[in-house]
Amino acid sequence: MGLITTGERTVVRAPEPTGSTQDSWVTSRLDFLVNWARSSSMWPMPFGTACCAIEFMATAASRYDLARFGMERLSFSPRQADVLICAGRVPYKLAPVLRRIYQQMPQPKWVISMGACASSGGMFDNYAVVQGIDTIIPVDVYVPGCPPRPEALMYAILMLHKKVQTERLRDGARHTEIEPDPQSHLYIPPSRIDELSEPFGNSVHQTRSAP
Amino acid sequence: MSRRTIEMAVGTSGVDQFGRPMRAPLAVRGNGALVLEAPPEPELEGDHMLINIGPQHPATHGVLRLVLELDGETVVRCVPHIGYLHCGFEKIGEYRQYNQIIPWTDREDYLNSIGNNVAFVLGCERLFGIEITPRCTVLRVIAMEMSRIMSHLVWMGTTCIDIGAFTPFLWLYQERENLYNLLEGWVGARLTTSATRVGGMAAEVPDGWMDGLKAFIRGFPKTLDEADRMLARNGIWMGRTVGIGALSADEAINYGLSGAMLRASGVAYDVRKDVPYLDYETYDFDVPVGTQGDVYDRYLVRVEEMRQSIRILEQAVQRLPDGPLNVDDPRVILPPKTRATSQMESMIHHFKLVMEGPRPPIGEVYVPVESPKGEKGYYLVSDGTSKPVRWRIRPPAFVNLSAIPRMVEGHLLSDVIAINASIDIVMGEIDR
Amino acid sequence: MTRPLPSYPSTRPGSAREAAGEPAPITPHHIAHRGGAENPSVAALRERFGAAIVRAHVMWGETTVIVAADAIHDLIAFLRDEPAHAYNYLVDVTAVEYRDAEQPMELVWHLRSLPWQRFLRLKVEIPKGEPLVAPSITDLYASADWLERECFDMFGVTFTGHPDLRRILMWDTYREGHPLRKDFPLRGRFSRSEQLTQALSIDTVGRYSMTELTIAEAFDDLPADMRERLAERRAAELARSTRTLDAGDDA
Repeated sequence: MGLITTGERTVVRAPEPTGSTQDSWVTSRLDFLVNWARSSSMWPMPFGTACCAIEFMATAASRYDLARFGMERLSFSPRQADVLICAGRVPYKLAPVLRRIYQQMPQPKWVISMGACASSGGMFDNYAVVQGIDTIIPVDVYVPGCPPRPEALMYAILMLHKKVQTERLRDGARHTEIEPDPQSHLYIPPSRIDELSEPFGNSVHQTRSAP
Repeated sequence: MSRRTIEMAVGTSGVDQFGRPMRAPLAVRGNGALVLEAPPEPELEGDHMLINIGPQHPATHGVLRLVLELDGETVVRCVPHIGYLHCGFEKIGEYRQYNQIIPWTDREDYLNSIGNNVAFVLGCERLFGIEITPRCTVLRVIAMEMSRIMSHLVWMGTTCIDIGAFTPFLWLYQERENLYNLLEGWVGARLTTSATRVGGMAAEVPDGWMDGLKAFIRGFPKTLDEADRMLARNGIWMGRTVGIGALSADEAINYGLSGAMLRASGVAYDVRKDVPYLDYETYDFDVPVGTQGDVYDRYLVRVEEMRQSIRILEQAVQRLPDGPLNVDDPRVILPPKTRATSQMESMIHHFKLVMEGPRPPIGEVYVPVESPKGEKGYYLVSDGTSKPVRWRIRPPAFVNLSAIPRMVEGHLLSDVIAINASIDIVMGEIDR
Repeated sequence: MTRPLPSYPSTRPGSAREAAGEPAPITPHHIAHRGGAENPSVAALRERFGAAIVRAHVMWGETTVIVAADAIHDLIAFLRDEPAHAYNYLVDVTAVEYRDAEQPMELVWHLRSLPWQRFLRLKVEIPKGEPLVAPSITDLYASADWLERECFDMFGVTFTGHPDLRRILMWDTYREGHPLRKDFPLRGRFSRSEQLTQALSIDTVGRYSMTELTIAEAFDDLPADMRERLAERRAAELARSTRTLDAGDDA
């Protein structure tokens, strides 16, 4: 069963990019310089909640060593962070906290959703857990695994670097803050969230409490 | 208690002629702690300040929120708020077969995954009325003690960071990597192991694995001693931990504390000795008990527990018997794959066990174990179906954390962090 | 915890058992499903409380005593205070709801005696349809505080006499119900987007008055006696914090 795409895509519209659509030598060199600076030393904000946080700590420790990416300086203050690594399951009680921390980070910012629980709710398909943090904040890279191995997290970081290196300064939309809908506090339509959170596969049958 | 006063080279009168405090004399207590004897501060009028620590904070060991009412820097009242990692474990346990719950036990106290696996299946086996094989018993003891060391290594590393020492974290995490390698070789996963099954284990230890474990047993005490030497008689460490967050024995019992928290207060309650399981009474080990019940004693108790775990591991490795790993009980154990794919009865047997799951008789059990956090028990209630009616996790860290308002009263803000670290909380277990 | 702590000859785990000459505990093997030796405290309970003991049975080596709801507090106090029983350690407070609608809901207390190294399970049965109320034992054990709060949060059991009975795992204004009840669906009652909307509208900062902190929005959901106690406490706090101008003060 695949995902059915609906007509409406977004609740709020990001601002249109302005300016010319052609790249000049100066702008492409500037882009390269800016992207190199941004990706070479991204300070992570470890929003670590559960088991993935332990694997994140193991990645930051001496065996796997995040310092080679310039990321050993963990920034627990969102004001000084570049990338929010959401490591672990996010229950509904923690959702407004995550949203608030993300909003407190200054642009440019990126999000790595580490682990199955942060990416989709994982094995926690129940009343308490957010079925994927991308329903709350925009995510750049998803890392599957429960928990992902440190090598997987490093691969995700490298993927994020590649993503950053393809950014262009003139795409103002990329690093503009998305404002959620004031009533529902959501930034994607509720129907889309419900559709994405539908159980599929084995999870459908594991709802019965008694055989 | 004997005291020496060290005269500082610059003025030591305490207050200058305007009444402002100056460099005050340092006194050294008999136990080696450095104490600042400042002159009494003038009584200042003012409101108490309310500050909020968490739920996202480096030093809260997970998503804990502490709201502190401060008088200057002294804590008057502390209100902890939990639930930020509540993921409905107990609810979902009612929708899963007994073997399917095992991966869930990995994730609640994620520092003690394999220990939780063992604790859970011990409860299941009592509910089913199954006796496990001698080889499985010893392997489970090995698993539990490895798990204890793993959990205490994280505790020690993160406590050091909280109090300000970063290097032991890296040394101890490297030791943890050695244990991760061993676990990966055995069950295929580093952290979330799901290593047990009702009636046995998920996998046999591979060839050569025991040599790896013996190498670890030889090498680990040296690293532990190195880290311990850096901290145990260190003036800064002792100054930050001695006399902080003390609880008396009676209070600790009444607060339901368990594990190192209770033993540091002088109560020698260890589930391995008092409510034995897995033949722990046949192993030769000591239970370290503290005297003051402060953060320093909890540190000493946990470090000594790691040493005792090594001692148990040595004995377990010596006595590991050969023989079958899983119990020969068709109610719970799957038939061998070759038979399941060639004989119809075995195929049906396999199918029923996987699709429906093993069914215990009607009943209930509570089997406690000594997890690194304290008395951990799974209360299982069965109504004869393959899914439990109630899966209750008795969370030691939850009950230990409930004592934090009592422990931080009257202490400074920085002590709150040290006390919080000494409880050894894991929010996955507290909030479930 | 307001009741004074009991005093035993010794609280050292196993001390009473050794003094009585009983052998040290060992790992139990081949435990009988039913039958088996009953916990010695049960006989004393029957003698003292008589009719309040509905029944007792031994299952897999553990003794369970079903007690009438109005006697449970005094019974636990007796078990805690008497040195011959010395149940000084509260292990757990929880509840069990069965799938069978006929079976009553059970509230469960797990007690442990450290000096005697004994374990006892006490239950109170509450038939379906009756109010879920039980006395709180926070005056006996400090650990009961959070354990009872969790039971309230997950099952909706009101513990009378609890000083601060509010939700602990879910947020205070959680509207979907009590999650561990059998009529509460696994994925909750509201749709995912509705759950998310409600969660995102929680005020993370909250009003920082200590008595109102996280309570004010859920005031109407609290049990009546707790509302009264909070109102008294709030009045006292207001009286303390309100400065009145004395005659000599300048306006």
